[in-house]
Amino acid sequence: MTSILDVENLKTYFKTEYGLVKAADGVSFHVNQGEIIGLVGESGCGKSVSILSVMQLIQKPGEIVDGKIIFNGQDLRKYRSNGPEMRAIRGSKMTMIFQEPMTSLNPVLTICRQVTESLELHLDMDRQAARERAIELLKMVGVPDAASRVDDYPHQFSGGMRQRVMIAMALSCNPMIIFADEPTTAVDVTTQAQLLELMKDLVTRLNTSLVIVTHNLGVVARYAQRIYVMYAGRIIESGLSEDIFGHPHHPYTIGLLHSVPRLGEKHGSRKLIPIDGMPPDLINMPPTCAFLPRCTYKVEKCQKEPWPALRAVGDQHYISCYVDIREK
Amino acid sequence: MADDIEKTAKNNDAIGAAMAPPRHSEWRRISRVFFGRKLYAIGFAICVLLIIVAIFAPWIATHDPLKTDLRHKLEQPSWTHLLGTDSVGRDTFSRIVYGTRTSLLIGFTAVFASAMAGTLMGLAAAYFGGWVFAIIMRFTDAIMALPGIILVLLIAGLAGGGIPVVIFALGFGGIAGMCRMMCGQALSVKQNDYVLAGRAIGMSDWRMMLTQIFPNAFPPLMVGITMGIGGVVLGEAGLSFLGIGVMPPTPSWGGMVNNGQSYLLTNPILSLAPGVAIMLLVFGFNMLGDGVRDAVDPKLRGVL
Amino acid sequence: MTAYIIRRAIIGVIILILVTMIVFLFMRLLPGDPLIVYMAGYDINRVNSVGPAQYQAMLHFWGLDRPIPVQYIDWLGKIFRGDMGKSIKLQEDIGVLIAERMPRTAYIGIITFIIGTVGGIVVGIICALRRGSWMDNVLTTISNIGMTIPTFWLGILLIYFISYKLGWLPTSGWTNPFEDFWMSTKQLIMPILSVAVGSIAGMARLTRSCMLEVMRADYVRTAWAKGLQERVIVVRHQLKNAIIPIVTVLGGALGGILGGSVFIETVFAIPGMGRLMTTAIFDQDYQIVQAGVLLFGAIIIFSNLAVDIIWGWLDPRIRLA
Repeated sequence: MTSILDVENLKTYFKTEYGLVKAADGVSFHVNQGEIIGLVGESGCGKSVSILSVMQLIQKPGEIVDGKIIFNGQDLRKYRSNGPEMRAIRGSKMTMIFQEPMTSLNPVLTICRQVTESLELHLDMDRQAARERAIELLKMVGVPDAASRVDDYPHQFSGGMRQRVMIAMALSCNPMIIFADEPTTAVDVTTQAQLLELMKDLVTRLNTSLVIVTHNLGVVARYAQRIYVMYAGRIIESGLSEDIFGHPHHPYTIGLLHSVPRLGEKHGSRKLIPIDGMPPDLINMPPTCAFLPRCTYKVEKCQKEPWPALRAVGDQHYISCYVDIREK
Repeated sequence: MADDIEKTAKNNDAIGAAMAPPRHSEWRRISRVFFGRKLYAIGFAICVLLIIVAIFAPWIATHDPLKTDLRHKLEQPSWTHLLGTDSVGRDTFSRIVYGTRTSLLIGFTAVFASAMAGTLMGLAAAYFGGWVFAIIMRFTDAIMALPGIILVLLIAGLAGGGIPVVIFALGFGGIAGMCRMMCGQALSVKQNDYVLAGRAIGMSDWRMMLTQIFPNAFPPLMVGITMGIGGVVLGEAGLSFLGIGVMPPTPSWGGMVNNGQSYLLTNPILSLAPGVAIMLLVFGFNMLGDGVRDAVDPKLRGVL
Repeated sequence: MTAYIIRRAIIGVIILILVTMIVFLFMRLLPGDPLIVYMAGYDINRVNSVGPAQYQAMLHFWGLDRPIPVQYIDWLGKIFRGDMGKSIKLQEDIGVLIAERMPRTAYIGIITFIIGTVGGIVVGIICALRRGSWMDNVLTTISNIGMTIPTFWLGILLIYFISYKLGWLPTSGWTNPFEDFWMSTKQLIMPILSVAVGSIAGMARLTRSCMLEVMRADYVRTAWAKGLQERVIVVRHQLKNAIIPIVTVLGGALGGILGGSVFIETVFAIPGMGRLMTTAIFDQDYQIVQAGVLLFGAIIIFSNLAVDIIWGWLDPRIRLA
């Protein structure tokens, strides 16, 4: 399996009027060809910031201050965020699907125009060819009556349909990797399922990699092959999907899994236990493990040592923790 | 079981308190935004200064603004007459100082009057809906369709001028804008659940409007008022300049500009100084308005 | 869309009629009687010597002894036939007066409108795109100040410095641009500038906020994510959306400029509609005031309608409702 994206020690900080927010503080992950990766964590943990950083879409007051982003053998940080090299990659080889379908499409342009924009720019197609390709793409993502609907405006589409259009746009130039930032959070449950099936189907067919960023464990459980769990700007556990869900090792992951019900469990057989406490303030981070105040497995070492580095606890299974926990 | 929950709750509180980001109080935030931008602080200072000048005019002015003195007419600025004298010997500086009273009086009265009228109309339209809404909206449409200046000219010109007429004319035009704004705000607040809740517990219509809808529609109202004062002062100046605003001999900046026009070559100060005063006042209140708007809700930036 | 246009048009006409009715009534109910003043030769001392019989005759001649509603209908009827009546004071046909003066006001007004709106929009876009830079700060501060300047005062200021002190331009007056374009332009630079400054300032501020709103929108982020160039994003995604709220105020901007014309025609001694109206209001010359209000009102209502149509067409959410 070839690695197409290798993010090493990514640090993205935001200079706000309240202080320096370390949104991503040493994030490392890699994506192989054709894989579906899950990037999981609660709101504010830095998952969106991480993928936006990879695409170099971070704007002031945010800034990537450290790290390497190796895509296809090139370190993307060498390029200016709006320079020709980055622009050639962004939108064609590396694309993104956003969370809010209702506001992510330009209300005054037709769907056709918005899809053909990328095609004309990156694949150098002429208007007519691009239009035909756009119709094909819309059919591929399941927009009914694509040939006539292609000339409609976004407000004439439902939320689920708009998200399909976003998916079509993301696929239009045969990307190597697609980032999906909470792609299904803003739609209803049935549409969620449809969209996810669609995405999985398409990326498998086209051998594209997909990184799904979400706070919803259910989504990644079903679709992702490998999962990274983030907390307070860092990766605290990573591994194969079945390992993460089968035997999680990090107290946070364990806590997460205890707090959601699972299909197949008998009702009432297990109490849902939320994790005590609240997410940390990213401005005044202590040097020790960020999860410390909420951790029920802590030992003395955790109070004294700095945030633990990732260590292996199994095949491809890493955690950022000093404690060894066996969990069923 | 109850034990567990209580323990968890206590735990959460303690952890929460230790871990949550510090909560700045609302007022501190507002003052920080407000005085943080130098421009707004300057605006605020100007407004305060002008209000002080208006209140303490008799102590600040060097002469009686109405007293004519034909032996000393059209004099250049000197130590006795800081800005010189006009065509009938009145001290320009004192007239400008007293003019502050005129401008602020008209400004505040007209704006508050139209704010009150507009608010009542807007709230009523939003609250009662139906034909009340329709009539009020058509009425405001009609007022807004006429160019403001024509409307004001008509009213002031035909009724002969004078302060009450000016206040009415300028205030009248402002009602439509206030009404629409309050109506819009009230309508969006009306959607909210707490209004529904109020209904459910049987709150009367008036109580509803006063305690629920109004406080939330308040911020844009504040902005509308502070911004409106500048517009009214400019309007009054214009009317007085044309001779149908504040009637002589009451000092009015616009009127002074008009009087000074004939002596532009020899005594430019007569026309130029009052204009600067007008600009200062309007600028001060506009900046104040901007500051209020940003402090109260930066989201309004694009709207108002 | 068509239904929308028709509805706005009908409302516009109704408002116009309402407005003329109000003005008509207003003028008749006021104290003061232009007829007496006229008959007394505009000499206050002779007012009391105007004979009642002669007065009645005059009243009848002008049709002012009929009930007000009748006068109104009659007036409306005449308007439709293009007869706007005669000025009491000037004894001239109003239609002729207006035909003479309106083009002058229109000429100045249109030029000011174009300079004001285009200039303001350009400044606003620059400020928004370079937000926070020194250029933005300077231009925004200048705009803020520009909005506080009274038009008539600016006119006088310009006359003082440019005409008196520097002698570059004539102080006032009007020349037909077709007869002497150069002289006409020299005379109009200052009047146009006086009104345009306020217009540019206001439009710039508005454009800046609209652009900033749009720049923060999600669909702009999507555009960046597609790898488009900044230039393309600004024009195709940001401007195209920001222009919609900007267009909606153009009607008001025109109204403001018409209003400004009243002042600058006085300051710069330009014989246009604005001056005609102000003098007529002073003299309580009903007929002129009515005709003038009708005209100005019609222009404003028509331009508001045009703006509504343009706006409706630009925004597909309305166009295809």
